[in-house]
Amino acid sequence: MSAGRARGAWAIFAWPGLLAAATMIGLIAALIGDGLHDVLAWIALALPVVAVVVAQAVRRQ
Amino acid sequence: MTRATIRGWQIVHRWSSLVCTLFLLMLCLTGLPLIFHDEIDALTDDAPPLAQLAADAPLRPLDELLARALAERPGEVGLYMSFDEDRPVANITTGPAPDAAGGDMTITAFDQRTAEPVGVLAEDGVMHFILQLHTDMFAGLPGMLFLGVMGVLFAIAIVSGVILYAPFMRKLDFGTVRATRSRRVQWLDWHNLLGIVTLAWTLVVGLTGVIHTLADPLVTQWRDHDLAGVTRVYDARRLPPPDPARLASIQGAVDTARAAMPGNRVQFVAFPGVAYSSRHHYAVFLQGDTPLTKGLLTPVLVDALSGELSAVRPMPWYMKALQLSRPLHFGDYGGLPLKLIWAAMTLFTILVLGSGVYLWVAKRRHAQTPARAPPAPAIEQWMPAE
Repeated sequence: MSAGRARGAWAIFAWPGLLAAATMIGLIAALIGDGLHDVLAWIALALPVVAVVVAQAVRRQ
Repeated sequence: MTRATIRGWQIVHRWSSLVCTLFLLMLCLTGLPLIFHDEIDALTDDAPPLAQLAADAPLRPLDELLARALAERPGEVGLYMSFDEDRPVANITTGPAPDAAGGDMTITAFDQRTAEPVGVLAEDGVMHFILQLHTDMFAGLPGMLFLGVMGVLFAIAIVSGVILYAPFMRKLDFGTVRATRSRRVQWLDWHNLLGIVTLAWTLVVGLTGVIHTLADPLVTQWRDHDLAGVTRVYDARRLPPPDPARLASIQGAVDTARAAMPGNRVQFVAFPGVAYSSRHHYAVFLQGDTPLTKGLLTPVLVDALSGELSAVRPMPWYMKALQLSRPLHFGDYGGLPLKLIWAAMTLFTILVLGSGVYLWVAKRRHAQTPARAPPAPAIEQWMPAE
């Protein structure tokens, strides 16, 4: 989507919504088990941090 | 969203954040080392390692350990006995009376195989200072409740911030930082980006922290109302609290509780009259073996005089909420990587708080410079150009 065109709530909150869902999945995964559950939690909870780094790499204006 | 609605949410966001920011910064800065308190404690622990014994060395009766602890603290009574998860160590808390204040309690660790003391758990030092500051700022229950109110304001700031995110991002791609624009615009973009990616984590850690600030009233409520259901028969018979010197065997109480809920692990025992038990019972707290059920303790009440099982009493919902908010707030339930994520999120939160204050100051300064200031500085001035 190009800058300049107004976008709706769905477009604005698509990434934030996905990252929030990943966070919740991660928080709960580590609660309900060990081992693989923990690994899933680390990956899911790292996504918001990764998103910041990636966004900076591709979106610097 | 109309301009007036945006203005309204801006006021909510500005004031809810400004009031809590200083305290939230303190909570983040003290919280950072607390995330790693296990690792830091292990580094600074100068107690000698446990004796090398055969892996299947038999454990001594808990009554023997308790007798040793009481012999070292004459005139005191047993209050709690807790069990380490990863080594055969029982930690025995003693104090002058069942309702002793925390500062009057002594916690001594005993090797269960030898009944020898292996260290006194000190409630002092830098980490303890940091923990107190984080919990209640050395102000007891009022301090805890005050921080709880700050946590609620923080949650309001987060929600209003998310609502304001929409008008700001109408013309920007997710993650955009307008590096060619003024410093204020760049910090605004960082504030929005870091704030929105940490949204779920800050809400969970913030609100579980708020639940924690209610811990003391919740435990009192549980003991005086929920446990009272078990002790009603004792009260009806007007039984006096048992003499601490004539209590039934604590080993027997633990065995009775284990038999009542096989497959569970004993995390701690509360003696009669302490905050976590009734006046007439040993409360033996059992835990499951996943991070979830490990936190959700089930008390088994054993009559402290007869040693007989009185009741298995699952916790009411508010105690379950309190126990569940423990791991979710501490971040100590998924290994070191989870703790590192907790630390990263805390650093992001510090940046969001700091940039928020900066933006407020910068905007005021901007408004006070007559040559540059529009009559009423509006949110639109920092939004992407139409």
